[in-house]
Amino acid sequence: MQRQLANMKQSLFDQLEELQDDANPNFVEEVVTLYYRDSARLVQNIDKALEKNPVDFVKLDSYMHQFKGSSSSIGAKKVKIECTQFREYCRVGNGEGCKKTFQQVKREYATLRKKLEAYFQFARQVGPVEKACRRK
Amino acid sequence: MSTKIATTETQFHVLAVDDSIIDRKLIERLLKTSSYQVTAVESGVKALEFLGLLDDQYSNTNSNSNSPSTTRINNHHHVEVNLIITDYSMPAVTGYDLLRKIKESRLLKDIPVVIMSSENVPSRINSCLEQGAEEFFLKPVQLSDVNKLRPHLMRGKGKENKAFINKRKPTEECLSPDRIKNKIQ
Repeated sequence: MQRQLANMKQSLFDQLEELQDDANPNFVEEVVTLYYRDSARLVQNIDKALEKNPVDFVKLDSYMHQFKGSSSSIGAKKVKIECTQFREYCRVGNGEGCKKTFQQVKREYATLRKKLEAYFQFARQVGPVEKACRRK
Repeated sequence: MSTKIATTETQFHVLAVDDSIIDRKLIERLLKTSSYQVTAVESGVKALEFLGLLDDQYSNTNSNSNSPSTTRINNHHHVEVNLIITDYSMPAVTGYDLLRKIKESRLLKDIPVVIMSSENVPSRINSCLEQGAEEFFLKPVQLSDVNKLRPHLMRGKGKENKAFINKRKPTEECLSPDRIKNKIQ
């Protein structure tokens, strides 16, 4: 079970889990919790911004820059790729393109959240003491 | 057994600046893993404030005071900063603005500054390096990047990097009032 957990962590978080150790056993969970809140807020903002007429592409790009940034920081590669696409459409002021691409972003984001939730459920089952932590 | 600071070594103090809460948490952890003391702030403005480069007239702390200089020194202890690592894209005061202000400061110009960015823009990287940044890290920042900081910190140790942060300075080292007024909304 420990090995499975470690594998899940590695595939999800890449470098992030290297920063977790005995002194900071909840680091990954803390970062991901922050990401949940931050990203949910940004997704909401982007949805709202896309509904406006005319679309404020500067604002949109700013939100997406933040969303892309934090997704990249936690190792969410697929989400990041879709975000890059989105920003291309933003840069040329293509509202329809943005809307379509954002659906893809949200799909990848939903997949990511499911993975994260599965990870945390599993981690709780394994128990805090037995969590696979990198030793320094 | 986790390795922390050797007792003979003085701890380096790093000021980290990033408007993303996630990136701030990450960089803080990365720096602490390397046994650095960290102060993390969320904006270029807060960084300027911390470094004492912000005109007191526009800072939040002394709205009522007629003599901000004396109040300031009483409020804050002197802090030594050995390195500043900052995100490039931040609202109001960018990492580049911050870098410039630091290099223009007589007291602080020798403090090594490192820029981080999620975007790989060669002209941006070049202008930062030209402005005096020691390194430019692409995000997400890795432990291997943070390991590159040590030589810059060691080099700075000999020089007078003891900037008495938060000491009141005369007008010379402040952003012009109009610029600040527009930025702090």
